[in-house]
Amino acid sequence: MATSDTSLVKSQPKSSVSFFYDERVRNFFYQTITAGTFAWLVWYLFTNTAHNLEVRGMNSGFGFLFQTAGFDTDFKLIEYTVGTGTYGRIFFVGVLNTLFVSSIAIVLSTVIGFFVGVLRLSTNWLISLLALTYVEILRNVPLLIQIIFWYLGVFALLPKVKQSADFLGIAFLNNRGLYVPSPVPGDLFWMTMTAFVVAVVAAFMLRRWARRRQEQTGQQFPAFWAGIGIIVTLTGVVYLATGMPLSWDIAALQGFNYQGGFALPPSFLALLVSLTIYHSAHMAEAVRAGILSVSKGQTEAANAIGLKPGKVMALVIIPQAMLAIVPPMISTWMNVVKNSSLAVAIGYSDVVALFMQTSLNQSGYAIEIVAITMLFYMTISLTISFFMNIYNKRVQLRER
Amino acid sequence: MNVMKYFTAVAAGVALLIGGAVGASAESTLEIVKKRGHLRCQVGPPSPGFYNLDAEGNWYGSDVDTCRAIAAAIFGDKNAVQFQSVSTQARFTAMANGESDVLSRTTTWTLLRDSQLGLDFTAINFYDGQGFMVPKDSGITSAFDLKGASVCVLTGTTTELNLADFSRNNALDIQPITFEDGNVRNDTYLQGGCDALTNDKSGLASNKAAFPNPADHIILPETISKEPLGPVVRQNDSQWMDIVKWTVFAMVAAEELGLTSANVDEAKANMGNASVNRLLGTEGNLGEGLGLPADWAYQIVKQVGNYDEMYERSMGDGPLGIGIGRAGSQNDLWTRGGLQYSPPFR
Repeated sequence: MATSDTSLVKSQPKSSVSFFYDERVRNFFYQTITAGTFAWLVWYLFTNTAHNLEVRGMNSGFGFLFQTAGFDTDFKLIEYTVGTGTYGRIFFVGVLNTLFVSSIAIVLSTVIGFFVGVLRLSTNWLISLLALTYVEILRNVPLLIQIIFWYLGVFALLPKVKQSADFLGIAFLNNRGLYVPSPVPGDLFWMTMTAFVVAVVAAFMLRRWARRRQEQTGQQFPAFWAGIGIIVTLTGVVYLATGMPLSWDIAALQGFNYQGGFALPPSFLALLVSLTIYHSAHMAEAVRAGILSVSKGQTEAANAIGLKPGKVMALVIIPQAMLAIVPPMISTWMNVVKNSSLAVAIGYSDVVALFMQTSLNQSGYAIEIVAITMLFYMTISLTISFFMNIYNKRVQLRER
Repeated sequence: MNVMKYFTAVAAGVALLIGGAVGASAESTLEIVKKRGHLRCQVGPPSPGFYNLDAEGNWYGSDVDTCRAIAAAIFGDKNAVQFQSVSTQARFTAMANGESDVLSRTTTWTLLRDSQLGLDFTAINFYDGQGFMVPKDSGITSAFDLKGASVCVLTGTTTELNLADFSRNNALDIQPITFEDGNVRNDTYLQGGCDALTNDKSGLASNKAAFPNPADHIILPETISKEPLGPVVRQNDSQWMDIVKWTVFAMVAAEELGLTSANVDEAKANMGNASVNRLLGTEGNLGEGLGLPADWAYQIVKQVGNYDEMYERSMGDGPLGIGIGRAGSQNDLWTRGGLQYSPPFR
């Protein structure tokens, strides 16, 4: 009976917890089983699919990407000839077409969306009502219906080829498409391009210098206009000095269609217009929500120090509103890319129409083609959200 | 977490998976169809001539009749068919995964489709070729006039490939405007969005019949490809393939022997001609190897008719026909210089 020892013994934790009751062992055990089951599930799905394809005599594998695709497409941004073009090349033609229409739609819908969003908050009753109607109609009609409306109801009803609408003799609009002049760069055009890039970099550096100068001395400098001036002057001088090496290929009517120039088919135009205005409505709502999220005190304080309403919006409200605008803007941008896949309904040759529909039907490699297409969309969406999250973090750090 | 609950959950999930996978056993298509009680026939979106819907919502057309003939052979009832209307894009996938028993919808027999899609072609019930259709007032009289023209075409078809070949071989630089939906394609052509429409010539006749003013359009004389059309089945089921194949041949053989739906009862009762007896099942038993009742061919001729009757109903000049003449064409009987020929029924 060592009473002096019992307190010591009791204050020590019991060293021998049964192995199976130790919490860490249990966690490890459960996690191993869950991970193992998941891994087995993935392996099972994969081998089961492969086995089923083989039993049914359907082809599988990725070698088809090097086979020639026997079909042609009406809109392509890179070289593709029917006899030698492979399925892999068709995939890239489709990817470029998708990115082309998506990027233009993203830029235009953001600009229009900001504009409409600010108008929604106008103190003028009629203007805000018009903006409200715009947003509510476009948000609530399904995009596919809007796309088909623009194609069949507007762009297919344009004048016939022989009666094309003529813009200053250099651009033509008819129901086969919009024909704009395409630039044909001469030999020394690369000099002009380099001068342009150098001038843009110089303009940015000028802006940084001007901002630092303003923080230190309080003197303002018209960095924006000076930057524009640098770009225009430098590029223009180099362009003229190298003998204006840029000619334009203007479309001309030969036989059935206009040849030459850069032809934008009506399916492209309909898709671009419908994507732009549909997503501009979503963007407008995001902008409105962002602006309303900035506390009213900011507007009042900015007015109190004498800033004009335009400058209040541009310098005080919008920079703070961007915090709330950017996340829904990211998802709207991603939606533009994903919704461009509806192009297949009106015959625009994007990656879904060219690769997932036509190539799949002509070659039969269903699973591989769908997997590649899904991977493409995932990559684009993740890239967009990655870059925008970087911007988001930078903006957040500035505010305390 | 309760250990027992955890393990039960995991075990249940795994069991569901395995159970689901093992479910599909290897039954032959004939057994599956007989057990179901009706045939599942895949057709396309309704268009005159091959598969179309009449005013009461009943399917009619030559591909529809082929399916009805198969049903008559198996069940003795030409109406034991369920028609599935599937888009051109999904047709082969819906076939390969077992949703339909037979694909009967103007599908061209090509080597790639026969060997790489898990499907088998059976017999050719319509010999066709690809052509072009233009508005009459366009002034185009020949396919070789289409230099630089825009042509509307359905995507995922042999039509698209043949158009590219024709353009390349003749240096015509044709611009294809591709569509997924035949209706959008037709609308675009009618509004002048493209200069010409290209399709199998029977498909062109079928499209033309549905236009508001058929007489304003002409089909150009050139045929730029071979398009043998016929029903399609899944691979690795030889008995089912034989059934579909010999159903098509039975209708041609009936025409060769002069049997029609009107006189077949009399011919069966008379038992005069040995070839007729073997076909109709009163002598021998040709249906045994196919797993069909002895009078399978009799049911086909009685309920659906012979090849000529089927053709005249759907393609001829009758009220439901699309006006493609048979005499002298490739679809005429071999005895008259055409290509429709049945192997012997013995």
